[in-house]
Amino acid sequence: MTAGPGSARHDVTAIVNGAERRARVIPRLLLADLLREEWGLTGTHLGCEHGACGACTVLVDGEPTRSCLVFAVQVDGCRVDTVEGLAGAGPGLHPLQEAFRSRHALQCGFCTPGILMTLVAYLRLHPSPSETEIREALSGNLCRCTGYQHIVQAALDAAAAGRAAAPSA
Amino acid sequence: MRPAPFEYFAPRTVEEALDLLGRHGDEAKLLAGGQSLVPMMNMRLVRPAVVIDLNRVAALGTVRADAGRLHLGALVRQHALERDGRVAAAAPLLAEAAPLIGHLQTRARGTIGGSLAHADPAAELPACMIALDAVFHLRSARAQRACSARDFFLGLLSTALEPDELLAGIEVPGMPAVRAGHGFAEVARRHGDFALVGACAALALDAGGVCRHARLVIFGAGDGPHPVRAAAALIGERPSAARLAEAGRAGAAEIDARADLHATAEYRRRVAAGLAARALQQAAARAEAA
Repeated sequence: MTAGPGSARHDVTAIVNGAERRARVIPRLLLADLLREEWGLTGTHLGCEHGACGACTVLVDGEPTRSCLVFAVQVDGCRVDTVEGLAGAGPGLHPLQEAFRSRHALQCGFCTPGILMTLVAYLRLHPSPSETEIREALSGNLCRCTGYQHIVQAALDAAAAGRAAAPSA
Repeated sequence: MRPAPFEYFAPRTVEEALDLLGRHGDEAKLLAGGQSLVPMMNMRLVRPAVVIDLNRVAALGTVRADAGRLHLGALVRQHALERDGRVAAAAPLLAEAAPLIGHLQTRARGTIGGSLAHADPAAELPACMIALDAVFHLRSARAQRACSARDFFLGLLSTALEPDELLAGIEVPGMPAVRAGHGFAEVARRHGDFALVGACAALALDAGGVCRHARLVIFGAGDGPHPVRAAAALIGERPSAARLAEAGRAGAAEIDARADLHATAEYRRRVAAGLAARALQQAAARAEAA
């Protein structure tokens, strides 16, 4: 883009999956595009690009957020967590990812990162959800392959595993 | 889909935000949670030359309760209505409606003021605010004024806000009697979708069980939330189930229901009557139990 209104760049510094990252962005750059195009974190998928499908959900300061509806410039100073950071540094998967694998809770996998990030945030606040509550929590995430059955089962498994690992919760 | 270019400002104070709004007025958009504005920008239905991001204005993000009144900063996130005990105590209707606003991700980012200023006719919060007799505090660099929720909503996506005005805060008064109750009912295709029709009610009874305060609002059916005039007829009466069902029907008869892809006008009117009665009955039962 040539110089003009809206071409001024803004500095962004964010803690992304635990590590500091910097960028200089034009205001209209979406967070999803900063993650994917500039920082190479292509685990965050863009489906509808207007906040209907939930595929691009990431955590901003711990809250599930549609990264197609946030401008990159807005996360300056924030913590951003994406699906790449879920498993941590270890060789294994995050328990939620493990549950998705063992329950066959994905087919094409396009919606999976957004669903995982939504559920991670949800289960943190609601460690003992009912099936209905899981379905409500996932109402903002569209899956076009699975019919949700296995996704809900995986979420219930992960919740149970989480309770077993932390009996005080 | 990506938004058209815009100039971006992130003020830290209300004064700074108002100054920017005063200077850029018509060509500027205030960005709060962005859950309605950014989709419209992505689709280029809206192309503001200037975006004034309110998310760093800390003064707009506070919740305060005193003497039964609830003061909500415009930038308070919608999920705070579900989570904050002060909301549940002072305005349980808001806490009950909140989980039905959009989805988890929408509520985490979406703000109370943003929803009100956007004035979608199917949104829950405008209707609840009218039912609760809320007062909105509007500010510009020129002046500040108070506007009742009832006078704020002018129709489809249209409010009393002037181009240089900011909805800064929302004040929800306590209920006027000890025995008060609220009710809420809506029908949507899926959880979190905009309501096809909804209704909310607030009632207060005196010690003898006679209705002293009645509010009923139907939303999602027409161009905006509709405060039902017939609710006033309940005052001075004992709210029997039959009487409340009649008020619901009268309310539905008042609305100018719209037809669209999802429902006919006749469907909306019929469902509105049932939901209005249900919201009133819930409110009455709670008031009687209080």
